[in-house]
Amino acid sequence: MNKYFAERLVKFVLFLLSSISIIISILLVLFLFKETIPFFQKVSPLHFLSETIWSPNSSPALYGVLPLVVGTFMIVIVSIIVAIPLGLGSAIYLSEYASRKARSILKPILEILAGIPSVVYGFFAINFISPLIQNAFPGTPLTNNLVAGLAVGIMITPLIASMSEDALSAVPTRMAEASFGLGATKFETVVKVLVPSALSGIVASFILAVSRAIGETMIVTIAAGSSNTLTFNPLNSLQTMTGYIANTSRGEAAVGSIGFQTLFAVALLLFVFTFIFNFIAKRITKKYRLRYN
Amino acid sequence: MSRTQKRKLFDKLFAGILLSTLLICIAILVWLILGLIGPGLKYIIKPSFYLNNPSVLDPENSGILGPLIGTILLVFVAAIIIIPIGIGTALFLEEFINKNSTVYKTIDLSISNLAGVPAIIYGLLGASFFGLLNNSLKASLLAGGIILGVMIIPTVIVTAQESIKSVPTSLQEAAYGLGMTKWQVMKAVVIPYALPGMITGIILALSRAMGEAAPLIALGAATSANFIPNLTSRYAAMPLIIYSWTANPNQETFLPMASAAIIVLLFFLIILNSIAAYLRNKYSTRL
Repeated sequence: MNKYFAERLVKFVLFLLSSISIIISILLVLFLFKETIPFFQKVSPLHFLSETIWSPNSSPALYGVLPLVVGTFMIVIVSIIVAIPLGLGSAIYLSEYASRKARSILKPILEILAGIPSVVYGFFAINFISPLIQNAFPGTPLTNNLVAGLAVGIMITPLIASMSEDALSAVPTRMAEASFGLGATKFETVVKVLVPSALSGIVASFILAVSRAIGETMIVTIAAGSSNTLTFNPLNSLQTMTGYIANTSRGEAAVGSIGFQTLFAVALLLFVFTFIFNFIAKRITKKYRLRYN
Repeated sequence: MSRTQKRKLFDKLFAGILLSTLLICIAILVWLILGLIGPGLKYIIKPSFYLNNPSVLDPENSGILGPLIGTILLVFVAAIIIIPIGIGTALFLEEFINKNSTVYKTIDLSISNLAGVPAIIYGLLGASFFGLLNNSLKASLLAGGIILGVMIIPTVIVTAQESIKSVPTSLQEAAYGLGMTKWQVMKAVVIPYALPGMITGIILALSRAMGEAAPLIALGAATSANFIPNLTSRYAAMPLIIYSWTANPNQETFLPMASAAIIVLLFFLIILNSIAAYLRNKYSTRL
């Protein structure tokens, strides 16, 4: 066997391994549609997307997905209200204020927070956050939007912090130096020069965090409840798209049944939402990379 | 107060607010850890907690043996999946193919799209795929490990690509200058140089897989299996038993057990992350 044959063999094997990613992508879309198409033959897409009652187990079953979508975005709103100030504040402090030594201690702490499994955050939410909320607002159910949203917010904070910090560090030092040279304080430099310069990267981190919050499953399954009522009250129990999938899978919907197909219809919608947010974030990130390189 | 004084005061105030955001994050972590140790300690120091299987009937003598073995086997299966696919794809993309070619762009696009797919959707994909082959297969440990592996493929590829990119071009050019073929350069220069970075990425990805419960639930895994699993059997895993104990309404009994199980899981994650950090620090200063 000559060495050029070995070369081509290696290239071919590596190509096969690489094509697995493409195959998985295709399978993912294929299986989402395989199970969803029969669902939409029974339930009209218009009914699915516009009705406000989600009650797949009643007879007649009602498949208005809006309560799940609203539930998902209620969680997203609470979580992002927590995560943006915490994440961005930490990022600015780490990249502009902290000494090298302080950074080497503080940064690993954020990394630990980022590495905690979401089921642990779910435990944290229901056992530690929920009693506080119930104290503050007597009569609140154990599982509710606020409790789950706060925990999701803590979970996505490290993501915002690390991405925003990267964006801030990518701003050339000369810009901050020019600002200091004009007599600006650090606060003025951060707010008027650094944050605006890194804005696209910071915004991209917010959008990716939203996408992560949309797809977050264990926290909301444990701490948001399983109520399908359409509600805008942050103290009510609710169910998200991911929570519905997890709660129903646990009951083992048989493969091929309408219950199983319903999971995929919800999953397809979930996929579309996260895809859109990831796409926007990617576009923004690309733009800001071009600016400084 | 003069304008300058006011600006300086404001500056200090801002620094204080920023620092307090970080302190809040630290406080949450401390709160979580102390809150776990308090109730969990009782079980952590009890040998039977590690030697028995979970039992709803006899919670006092419940343990995490089955779930712990389940998690180790799941990570093992996931590792077998991601090591060849992750390293192979990264080598192919970085060394064997033109970055402007359609093949490169297609693979790159699918990797970045897969990276954004929520974990639970991978579980559903697995349920549908394995359900097509054999209905009992989808709740088996093998299926769970494969799906966890599939879920972390994008992370492994991207970190492996980064470490291949960090191989100095001069080393590769010297090797080519000696008349080596591409694969010989890979074997002699690129892979040895990039290996610590690749291993770091693989360990970090596996630690994410280790804590993930959502895709396993979507696959129909038993959340409280009370036996020691093998590759083709049903199984419990650490995140699943934590979920099961956390969701149990009888929190008086189950909260300490869930706390102890979380401490064990976090202990494993910290060990994995320390190994990764050690490798990263040891080899990042090489050149």
